[in-house]
Order: sequence, then C-alpha cells, then structure tokens
Amino acid sequence: MAESRYKAALRGVWVPLVLLILWQLAATLKWINPQVLPSPVQVVVRWWAYLTPADPYDPASGGRLAWLFSGELIRDAIGSLTRVVSGFVIGTVLALPLGLAMGASTRVNDWFNPLVQLIRPIPPIAFIPLSILWFGLGNPPAIFLIALGAFFPVLMNTIAGVQHVDVIYLRAARNLGADRFTLFTRVIMPAATPYILSGARIGMGTAFIVVIVAEMIAVNNGLGFRILEAREYFWSDKIIAGMLSIGLIGLAIDLIMARINNHLLRWHRGLERDRG
Amino acid sequence: MAEPQIRIAHASKVFTSAGGDIEALRDISIDIPAGQFVCLLGPSGCGKSTLLNAVAGFSLVTSGQILVEGKPVTDTGPDRGMVFQEYALFPWMTVAQNIGFGLQIRKTPVATIKQTVDRLLETLRLTEFKDRFPKDLSGGMRQRVAIARILALDSPIMLMDEPFGALDALTRRSLQDELLKIQASLRKTVLFVTHSIEESIYLADRIIALSYRPGTVKLDIAVDLPRPRDASSAEFNALKRQLAEVVMHEQERHQEAEVRGLTVD
Repeated sequence: MAESRYKAALRGVWVPLVLLILWQLAATLKWINPQVLPSPVQVVVRWWAYLTPADPYDPASGGRLAWLFSGELIRDAIGSLTRVVSGFVIGTVLALPLGLAMGASTRVNDWFNPLVQLIRPIPPIAFIPLSILWFGLGNPPAIFLIALGAFFPVLMNTIAGVQHVDVIYLRAARNLGADRFTLFTRVIMPAATPYILSGARIGMGTAFIVVIVAEMIAVNNGLGFRILEAREYFWSDKIIAGMLSIGLIGLAIDLIMARINNHLLRWHRGLERDRG
Repeated sequence: MAEPQIRIAHASKVFTSAGGDIEALRDISIDIPAGQFVCLLGPSGCGKSTLLNAVAGFSLVTSGQILVEGKPVTDTGPDRGMVFQEYALFPWMTVAQNIGFGLQIRKTPVATIKQTVDRLLETLRLTEFKDRFPKDLSGGMRQRVAIARILALDSPIMLMDEPFGALDALTRRSLQDELLKIQASLRKTVLFVTHSIEESIYLADRIIALSYRPGTVKLDIAVDLPRPRDASSAEFNALKRQLAEVVMHEQERHQEAEVRGLTVD
C-alpha cells in the first residue's frame, strides 16, 4: 500500500518535470520573449530575492529572527493570511448561528430565505465598489469582502446540514428523554457537522479568491497587490513567483482544513479511507 | 387482577395523505401485564411497527387509546426504551458515550454514569470496544450497544422494532439468547416486532399476529414451551404450522393488494 502510494506520487512528478524542461528550453532558445515568459531559473532567482530580506543584517534594527522574516514575500503572505483568516472568522461566526436557526426553524427560514436567495448569487467581487464606498481603502473593505465570500457557503451548508439530520437520531434521542436544547446541542449540531465543515472548506476557498482580488484593488500590500504591482514594472518573473506563492499557501490552507475535518469527523463513516 | 402495564384499547390509526386515507390499524385491544415478552407478528404492511410507534409515542393513534401504567401515551419517553432496526446509535459518540447518553440527559452524577456504563459494557461483552465509534462495529455489536443504551435507563418496558432483522442467522441467535437472559433476570416487559415466525416462537411468552391492512388482531396465543426452546421439537413445529397458516394468508392478501395496486395505477 505504502509502496504503491510512493509510486503514484512519483508518477505525478513526470508531467510537471517535462513541462518545466520545455519551458526552460523555450527560454534558453529564445522562442518566447522573456518579458512575456521568463525562464524557470529566472523565476526561482526572483522568488528567492522576493523571499529573503532586502537589507543585510543589522543588529541595531532588531533581532535576527525579525530580520529573517523581513523579506517582502513573508510580509505579503502574513498580510494576506491575516486578512483571509479574519474575514473567514467573521463570515463564519455570522453564518453559523443564522444557519443553525434557519435550519432548525421554518419560521426563521421564512424570514431570511428570500433575502439570502437574492443576495447569494451576487459574486463578492461585485461588492467591491460598494465596499470601498462604505469602508474606504485598506483592510476594512478587503475583510468585508472576504467575510462575504465565506459567509454564504457556510450559511447554505449549515442550513442543509440541520435540515438533513436523520429523523431516526431525533427519535432515538427523544426516546432517551432529550429536551429541545439537548436535542439541538448533542444531536442536531454534531449530525450537521459534516455539512458545516464542507461549507467551511468551500468558504475558505472563496475567501482565498476574494483576498487576492481585494488586494489588487483596495490595499497596497499582500500577495494580490504585489503581483499587480509587478505587472506595472513588467516583472513577469515576479508575477509568476507571486502566483506560485499564492498557490502554495492555498494548498497549505486546504491541507490544514482537511486535517481539522478528519479530526472532527473521525467518527464519520465516509472518512474511513481518508485517514492515514 | 392487577392493572395491565400496557393497555391498548380500541386503538385505530388512519394515515391521511393526498392519495387517500390508509387505515393502518383498526380497533386493536391488547392488555400486557408487566414482565411479559410479547411478539407482534405479521407480514410487512400489517401495521405492527405502526402499533409499536404508537406505544412508543412517536406517532399517536387516531382513535381509541394506549395507556402505560394507567396514563395515556402522549409523547415518547425513557420509560419505554426503543431499539430500532437501523440501530440509531449516535455515530459521533463512542460506544460508552452512547450508552451513557440517556443518564447524562437525566443529569446523573458522572461517577454513577461510569459505573452503570461499565457494568453494561461487561454484561453485553462490549468492554474492549467502549472507546470505538459505531462505524467500527459489526451489526450485532451495534445492536448490543442499542440494547445497553436503554438498559442504562432501566426502562421497565423495552420496545423492539425488528431489532435483529438485519443480522445474519448466527449473530441473531446469539443476540436472541442474550436478550432472553436479560429479560429473565430483569423482568422487563418486551414488545417485540418481527416478521419471523420462528423468532417469535423462540422468544415470546405470547404471540399476537396482526392481519394485513387494516391491522387487526388475528390471533393472540400464549407460548408455554419450556426454555431454552428447541426449534426442532414437535411442539415448536406444530405452533409454527399454526402461525404460518395465519401469517401466510395475510402475506397473500398483501401480495394481492400489491398486484391490484400495480394494475390499477
């Protein structure tokens, strides 16, 4: 089992490797204008410069650790991550109670559902002009947009999760004497967790898309801002380095979310093969 | 004579639906004294589960009444512990948490819960699985947890809805024996729904066969064969033939009704 997994991972290396060689070949043989497509080596060099501190170490301006993390990429990544996490937390914290209430009570659902259905199809991106009008420039509009992006997936999945709780669990719990509060906290909520968590994962994905766009428009740091800035200077190598950084961070976030999922849902039948 | 623990008096149940009303139960009267093991027997669609759900309080009768300890059933409750065919264990709780959940609801002190749970784990041979989640258990073990869960509440009445229907023959027999042992030592009243004639004779003090739609009491007989019962004995088989005649007749009516339904639609 372990060996075949290793082999499968090895198979996945070939296609990128061939593309990388072709790419380098195209650059070395000058098939393509390097301003349009820089060579992979050039991208890596630029990436390194982007990652490492710009100035030599100076004990007067702070500790060695602070210096080590003073690279532009690291500051950009921290900026983007802070925005994603705060927006995501705000969106989730608002969506969760509303979703639980809408799922559990048809009356609450009747109140909010038309409004939700009306606003939900509007892409968060379409809120950019309004968010700048409301919040000005800087972090507030960006966080607002990210929260909005995370809000609806979490909301919709929470509603569905609560509504799809198998009636047999409700019967069993009532038979054991559970009151409405116990029913909600000990049965409905855990039964809805698989839905809620998959909503959170989708919400995190949306938040990550939105942060890049928001940074291109409202903020002047972060990964999204940096790749747009690089375009103005025609630094295509830096654009690609920035994009690859965005991809890696996105992947890392998704892996962390999957880890959390697997832990919280270790009781769930559907995850039996996913653990490992 | 003492008041019966469960009194079902002229109970009827009609399901109203867009396609027309369905009369599931008609004028059923049964008195069950405390400690009796009663099997409700009949083909699918005869309303035996409907009757059980009415006693459990999940879905009330539309006329007549059901009294438990002299009080009309209006809701479900832990005095009538239910074991479902689909186990209905909470998958997010471990075996021990599932068994202790009812006591937790009652706000029993933690130490007492632990004691009771440990004892039941022991009785039902589940101790080594106490920290497992239900998904890791076989069907037979899941059903043992479901039984332990209601034993924890010390319900005087156990309602069982084809609890062993999904199990293989060997597991079923061992669970039947375990259930009989438990019932013999704790003197619970058991209302057990099954469509297996053999199972009903093996288990019950009394078998009530229901007719197919509307469900009425077709036959109500006491089984006084000595225990443990031998399925190959002459008496067992005589009883089996007697019940088979009744049940098969109802089964045929069920099939005819289905065929009619198919040709009409």
